[in-house]
Amino acid sequence: MSGYNFAFLDEQTKRMIRRSILKAVAIPGYQVPFGSREMPLSYGWGTGGVQVTASLIGPEDVLKVIDQGADDTTNAVSIRKFFERTTGVRTTTRTAEATLIQTRHRIPETPLRAGQVLVLQVPIPEPLRWLEPREAETRKMHALEEYGVMHVRLYEDITRHCKVAQTYDYPVRVDGRYLMRPSPIPKFDNPKLDRSPALLLFGAGREKRIYAVPPYTPVKSLDFEDHPFEVETWRQPCGLCGATGVFLDEIIVDDKGGRLFVCSDTDHCAERRSPR
Amino acid sequence: MYVAVKGGEQAIDAAHRLLGEVRRGDHAVPELSLEQIQQQLGLAVDRVMGEASLYDPGLAALAIKQACGDLIEAIFLLRAYRTTLPRFGATRPIDTAAMSVRRRISATFKDLPGGQILGPTFDYTHRLLDFDLAEAAPREPGETSSGVAAPVEGFSAGPLPRVVDLLDREGLIESERPDEDGRRVGDLTREPLAFPAERDVRLQSLARGDEGFLLALGYATQRGYGRNHPFAGEIRLGEVTVEFTPEELGFPVEIAEITVTECQMVNQFRGSLTAPPQFTRGYGLAFGHSERKAMAMALVDRALRAGELGEEPSSPAQDQEFVLYHGDNVEASGFVQHLKLPHYVDFQSELVLLRTLRAQAGARPDA
Repeated sequence: MSGYNFAFLDEQTKRMIRRSILKAVAIPGYQVPFGSREMPLSYGWGTGGVQVTASLIGPEDVLKVIDQGADDTTNAVSIRKFFERTTGVRTTTRTAEATLIQTRHRIPETPLRAGQVLVLQVPIPEPLRWLEPREAETRKMHALEEYGVMHVRLYEDITRHCKVAQTYDYPVRVDGRYLMRPSPIPKFDNPKLDRSPALLLFGAGREKRIYAVPPYTPVKSLDFEDHPFEVETWRQPCGLCGATGVFLDEIIVDDKGGRLFVCSDTDHCAERRSPR
Repeated sequence: MYVAVKGGEQAIDAAHRLLGEVRRGDHAVPELSLEQIQQQLGLAVDRVMGEASLYDPGLAALAIKQACGDLIEAIFLLRAYRTTLPRFGATRPIDTAAMSVRRRISATFKDLPGGQILGPTFDYTHRLLDFDLAEAAPREPGETSSGVAAPVEGFSAGPLPRVVDLLDREGLIESERPDEDGRRVGDLTREPLAFPAERDVRLQSLARGDEGFLLALGYATQRGYGRNHPFAGEIRLGEVTVEFTPEELGFPVEIAEITVTECQMVNQFRGSLTAPPQFTRGYGLAFGHSERKAMAMALVDRALRAGELGEEPSSPAQDQEFVLYHGDNVEASGFVQHLKLPHYVDFQSELVLLRTLRAQAGARPDA
């Protein structure tokens, strides 16, 4: 696109972001403040992820963009288009084919492999935010590894509901040190974070933070010995491809209580129905 | 039965085409020119320039036109353009004492050197719809309506002493000396906010902050939520020159003349263990003619100084994190409106949990 640099950001800015990414990789789970730029895209709509992707993408990359697991949701289409316009790189919907995947709220069902980079869009990076609104305080709590409040919060759920009532953005401990918010992925996806062969990068544009889970880093979802971490399950398989053990979206098909449960990962579903 | 949500791409293209049509409206009505917006909707242009942190009336007018008059959208457009511009450095501080003043009022002294100059103002207009304006009648040159016209030759007064400087001479108000040249000024558009934020960054944040947000916070301080007993020491509007010292030259050169509104609030202060009783300051500065914004900003600036003046911060306006994190309308608008994005996955997780909890509680699943 004329008038703009490759991938929109100027090279100095990309360098600044890459330095922040390096720091994030060096301290897994630590939120690195960075000079987030104003993007031609609304805050809260993926500006952090877009900046991380823009600072990493090269002409050889193959990009996949998903939102809620799907390649064809409006915001995924819009972000993919942004990179098509500003970089001209090849895009794909196939998880296995992509070198760089930007996502919102899901980790693909197809296991990621070494060399791939998954960029997650993050609305609120601070896992302690609902427990302590002040940034100055939460930074101190991280420094002192003062995470007891989070365990208390989970324990309170158990006393009230006999189980932890946190369903997405479920807090994790990265490499036994930093408490981290995995972005609003369903807790169903949390196990995919653990020792992932791919590099996982998290970008929060409005909140100006970048954090990372380097390949093969242990990531543990918080739990208790007598209340081990568990993920969502569905009674029925995907109504389209018959897959089980995947995250399902619920579609309302009529006004008489008719429901259809289908794969949230559209690429995975399509692949199963007609292998390419 | 199940229709996959495909075709997002065509839907988006179609939506943009529709927006273009709505923007243009009825083709029987002449299209707005940027000059018309700049000249006749000047206060909208001023607000957009201020909250976008970019002084360029032409581009601001374009943004307003493109945004169909949605000023926050226009601010967003202009900021997204600004972010692509290279940064050469910081200018020298503008000298508002040397302003060619078009309006200057003080609520603290009945008369003062240079006098009170009303200038172009809505104050004291009776808010009666002027039906004459409904007809685009040719006006005699020099005959101005209730709006604010472009600078008129011979209209401005030369440099006028600032009220706070007069108080300062007597030691009645806290002193504020300009920083020596070359002190690095913070820039929150390049570096992330850190707390506690220094006053330079706070003022930058307020200057870019949403006028409505600051107005409400400033108003709240007047009603007792962080009260700081303000007097409008002085409000002035006019043109100031902007100087920049290029490294290779070593001396300042004039690069622009801009219009600004400045508000100096004078606030009561009973003194503390470390400071004698004296007036304290709240400062507001905005591009163009933006009096409401400058005044609200000055109130909030003073409120945010609670900590350094030894006052017990107890209200939102005195809370740095609260004010600086929530006053940016582009950030706020984006995050509020991101709720429009699909949340099927999180919602599905919540449904699964809720059904489990209800089954556990013995409630009928369809109850």
